[in-house]
Amino acid sequence: MTSLPILRIAGLEKRFGDFTALQGIDLTVPEGEFLTIVGPSGSGKTTLIRLLVGMDEPSDGTIWLREKRVDQVPANKRPTCMVFQSLALFPHRSVGQNIEFPLKIRGVDAAARRARAMELLELLRLPSDYYAKRIQECSGGERQRVALARALAFDPEILFFDEPLSALDYRLRKTLEKELKDLHERTGKTFIYITHSLEEAMVMSDRIAIMRAGRFEQIATPDEIYARPKSRFVAEFMGEVNLIEVTPGPGGLSAGGVRLVPDAGARLGLTNGHGGTMVVRPETLRFLGEGEAAEATVDGRLHAEYALGSRHQYEIDLDDGTRMTAEMLREDRIDARLGGAVRLGWDLDRCHLIEDR
Amino acid sequence: MERADRRLGLLTALPIGVLLALSFLAPLLVVAAFSIMPQKVFDLGHMPDFSAYAEFFRQGYWKSLAWSLGMAFAATAILFVLCWPLAYGMAKVFKRFTLVITIAVVMTLFVSENIRLFGWVLTLMKGGLIEGHVRHWTGEGFDGLLYNVPVIVFGLVYVYFPFMLFPLAQGIAMVPDDARQAAADLGATRWQVLREIELPLAAPGIVVGGLLCFVLSAGAIAESKLLGGQAVIVIGDDVETAFTYGQNWPLGSALSMILIFIIGTLAILGVSSVDLDRVMGRGR
Repeated sequence: MTSLPILRIAGLEKRFGDFTALQGIDLTVPEGEFLTIVGPSGSGKTTLIRLLVGMDEPSDGTIWLREKRVDQVPANKRPTCMVFQSLALFPHRSVGQNIEFPLKIRGVDAAARRARAMELLELLRLPSDYYAKRIQECSGGERQRVALARALAFDPEILFFDEPLSALDYRLRKTLEKELKDLHERTGKTFIYITHSLEEAMVMSDRIAIMRAGRFEQIATPDEIYARPKSRFVAEFMGEVNLIEVTPGPGGLSAGGVRLVPDAGARLGLTNGHGGTMVVRPETLRFLGEGEAAEATVDGRLHAEYALGSRHQYEIDLDDGTRMTAEMLREDRIDARLGGAVRLGWDLDRCHLIEDR
Repeated sequence: MERADRRLGLLTALPIGVLLALSFLAPLLVVAAFSIMPQKVFDLGHMPDFSAYAEFFRQGYWKSLAWSLGMAFAATAILFVLCWPLAYGMAKVFKRFTLVITIAVVMTLFVSENIRLFGWVLTLMKGGLIEGHVRHWTGEGFDGLLYNVPVIVFGLVYVYFPFMLFPLAQGIAMVPDDARQAAADLGATRWQVLREIELPLAAPGIVVGGLLCFVLSAGAIAESKLLGGQAVIVIGDDVETAFTYGQNWPLGSALSMILIFIIGTLAILGVSSVDLDRVMGRGR
């Protein structure tokens, strides 16, 4: 059964004076998806979410919520709502009153409101005596849950999130990421989440949309974003990565100081005949011992070694002045002296080629 | 360490504390003492009695008080409704233009209140700016617009405008934008946002502005004298008369004490209902 997508955006554009914040945004979100929009600050993701919830009007383009066109509908008339970056809890209201707010607005009677608030407290694993607590008495993580409960009390078609976890410390953020994913599964609602952290997006999302300068750079599953980035920008966004230019030459592909096997072009899947960028993740690299071979090899000197707990990270200066990053599991770490000569190798089927367009 | 800080704080506050006690509290105590003296005496060396307070009811001074409080209440209510949109604009919309409005409103305070009120007398009186022009153009004259209760309230509204505007703007500035947006996002209409979010969160500013205007209006004399032409007698006028023409200091003191008591009670109730530290930008 193919049902209507819950959200459909076509040709969305937003200009502020001369500045174009968003351009040519097309997106279709199926019901029940957890979609994360990721981008650096200034990429237009906040502008986009403000258009989607109705706090701003687009300069051009259309937004459909199921079969209804909503791009000119103000926020308070849309069946969607958002968890703010600041959470935007009402400081003059108790936890219970905050959660009940959308129900009160709708004229639900006090008993039913209270019953629903209690349900939501339980759903978000907050003790029921929090009902009467003041917002100021809650910790960061508890406030987060209250904001979520309030949004769920609204019973939105789509729940939007504007970086709600960014102000929390690392451990709490990790816990809440998983809770949020769990909540998504339990409620079955459509979640659209924005963040600048691709790591956060990876943990939670069904699909990730990478934004850059007001456009979508790539929309794909987390695995595909990681393994097959469409551009250098996407590749670099996901933390450490080695990008190596490859160009076809008379004797097969050449890639700076990297020695490649003769059929490297075919192994990498090069089709256009004018090169591209090889994306080599640090964990794909291994140190080669005397006489060991690999499909791609390169010589350099060990510049630095960092212990990351379960893994060790190495920085290697190549002879042509560029630097590569390699990562090993702790038990595979090498016993090498800083400044000493090392040889790195990797297999071509474990790296990805971004072809020049 | 904290205790040392406290002691140092108390110590530095001492000079101004003494000054305030002498210049502020002492006269108040003298007035309180005079209010329980027998009528028409000029020193405190008499057996206390409460005859001056009895005069308040017997001579109908309570009517003056009722007029004062009533008009002060009306002026404060009108000021609140009038200033809210402008204060809202100053706090949230106008941005740098707010400075222009602030300067314009503050400039009016540079000219004495009496002179400004005389300006209105010239504008509103029979043969004045308005009636004169109307008569000139239409041939039909009318009585001036002065000497009635509404014009006194108008005068109060005009004079105490800044005292409502600025605290209100300060109060509205404390309403977080995201709380407003979140309320709207959760389905609240403009009115619901006003009632549920903006009014309660701006309450400290509303209370401060309301108290200032009410207290000042309740004790005001010039508006009723100049614009009202004694259409009604206000309590401040009675106090002045008792001290001057009446030569009855105990009566003047008793009337003052009654006014101070009512206003003081209101002020304490009002101030205790809001968190003034938030208005002053301290705490959270």
